[in-house]
Amino acid sequence: MTRNSGSTAWVLAALVAWGPALAQSDQHKVRQWAASCAACHGTEGRSEGGMPPIAGRKADELYTLMLAFKSGERPATVMHQHAKGYSDGELRQISEYFSRVKP
Amino acid sequence: MTTVHTPAEEHAMDPTRRNFLHTLAATGLAAGFWPRALRAASRATVVVVGGGFAGATAAKYLRVWAPEIEVVLIEPNREWISCPLSNRVLAGSLSLRDLKRDYGRLAERHGVKLVHATVTQVDPARREVRTDQGERIAYDRLIVAPGVDFVYDDIAGLQTEPARERVPHAWKAGPQTLLLRKRIADLPPGGVVAIHIPKAPFRCPPGPYERASMIASYLTTRNPKGKVLVFDANPDIQSKKALFSHVWGTRYPGMVEYVPNADLKAVDATRGVMKFDLQGEVRADCLNVIPPQRAGGIAYQAGLVAANERWCRVGFLTYESVAARGIHVIGDSVAAAPGMPKSGHMANQQAKVCAGAVAALISGTPVNDDPIIANTCYSFVGAREVIHVASVHRYDRAQKTMLPVKGAGGVSSEVSTEEALFAVAWGFNLMNDVFS
Ligand code: HEC
Repeated sequence: MTRNSGSTAWVLAALVAWGPALAQSDQHKVRQWAASCAACHGTEGRSEGGMPPIAGRKADELYTLMLAFKSGERPATVMHQHAKGYSDGELRQISEYFSRVKP
Repeated sequence: MTTVHTPAEEHAMDPTRRNFLHTLAATGLAAGFWPRALRAASRATVVVVGGGFAGATAAKYLRVWAPEIEVVLIEPNREWISCPLSNRVLAGSLSLRDLKRDYGRLAERHGVKLVHATVTQVDPARREVRTDQGERIAYDRLIVAPGVDFVYDDIAGLQTEPARERVPHAWKAGPQTLLLRKRIADLPPGGVVAIHIPKAPFRCPPGPYERASMIASYLTTRNPKGKVLVFDANPDIQSKKALFSHVWGTRYPGMVEYVPNADLKAVDATRGVMKFDLQGEVRADCLNVIPPQRAGGIAYQAGLVAANERWCRVGFLTYESVAARGIHVIGDSVAAAPGMPKSGHMANQQAKVCAGAVAALISGTPVNDDPIIANTCYSFVGAREVIHVASVHRYDRAQKTMLPVKGAGGVSSEVSTEEALFAVAWGFNLMNDVFS
């Protein structure tokens, strides 16, 4: 079957595929945001020492820490400067992402 | 089941690609390396040229995020050496061996196909690259990550290899680092080291100032009457200015001297003399000339650099070249967006955005239209003391470029030993994020 066949089946399939495709593109976004942390915290947040590991920790815990960095409440050398680059919503999604990674 | 044809599948049926496979089979080249490509011609292939921070990261993340894509990484070297942390080798506090990684794990763990060769030609019309080993490798999408080339054209006296050994750049880590290290160790008592910094943009903006600090740190204990002269072609220190000035003024008073607007015209490698436009002639016992830089040669060959420019312009959602469809450029060769440094950390970040976009383009799914990337450069300023500069960059839809987030990022509040631990951890986690 080709893209320009114009059949009803194709249109239906496209409609059905649309919803999951959107969800998937959101997942890809969050995956990329989370990958911005990996340079310091290790691939998928599995730090090999020196930096605190963030893989597989509770989403609420990570999110609370990130907000505390962002507000300046939690003292930090560098994390406050990174946390401020992301919205609260993005930090929530990133925290959930890391909570699902096997430590 | 209904399947929607993706651009990748269309590519796979592209007659040029099929011809290529036939050619390969006919020449016998396919026998060892390409049986899978022959069996499953519908799999898309991404070829990555250059295995530095940018290229190796892209190869790894493509395989992790889109295992259905075949990834071929073409890189002449068998092992890779980190530039970040290599200024510590000059001061003797780290060995070059600690900074080496090999490409093996990318193949073993991630199924990246390694080709140790140099790409000599990109043929966008046939969608293939040619190597100095005589191979022709077809791609559906190409990622070009050649780093920087040095431009010695405007510095008289540094045209030959022997001159460049006497006056090392040490701006690509490896034998050059060891050459400079030896020159510093051999310095006579009270000897002078002179560093030249090219006009921005160059690779690793804080690097030259870190280098001056590390050499001073070494001299303080080994050669306390020694001196470090920093001749900068730029009007000012390019990164962490207040912190570096503070360090030189308080920790190395009288030892580090900074000279702005120093445009290097010529070098006499035998006599150890640098000739400047304004400052005249300066003699030193050890010269370190960091040359001006431009995109790696293959980017020019592939037509990715516009006339009178030095870097490759790209769109920042996909890193696809504005000059060639299907060819992406990442790392130091990219014409940077505002506030975006040429750094290993940044190259690693661009590579992931590019890998995600390439996977999306091949599978026909939407490209992430809201990428967020970050950069941090840690600099050693003493044996155990470190400062950093950090930034977060987001895509601005109106201006169609990446911009630093206002209010985020910044520099260290002070020089600290605490950050030395983080700096080493950053270096090693970053290397692992690229190579393991
Ligand atoms: C430049 C390196 C760097 C980057 C990039 C970075 N971090 Fe951090 N992170 C650190 C350091 C260093 C600390 C320790 C606190 C400090 O001194 O800033 C830390 C601490 C943390 C902590 C607290 C852990 C604990 O148990 O106390 C969390 C959570 C965290 N980072 C999450 C993230 C997330 C999520 C990202 C990406 C959005 C990120 N980090 C990006 C370096 C980094």
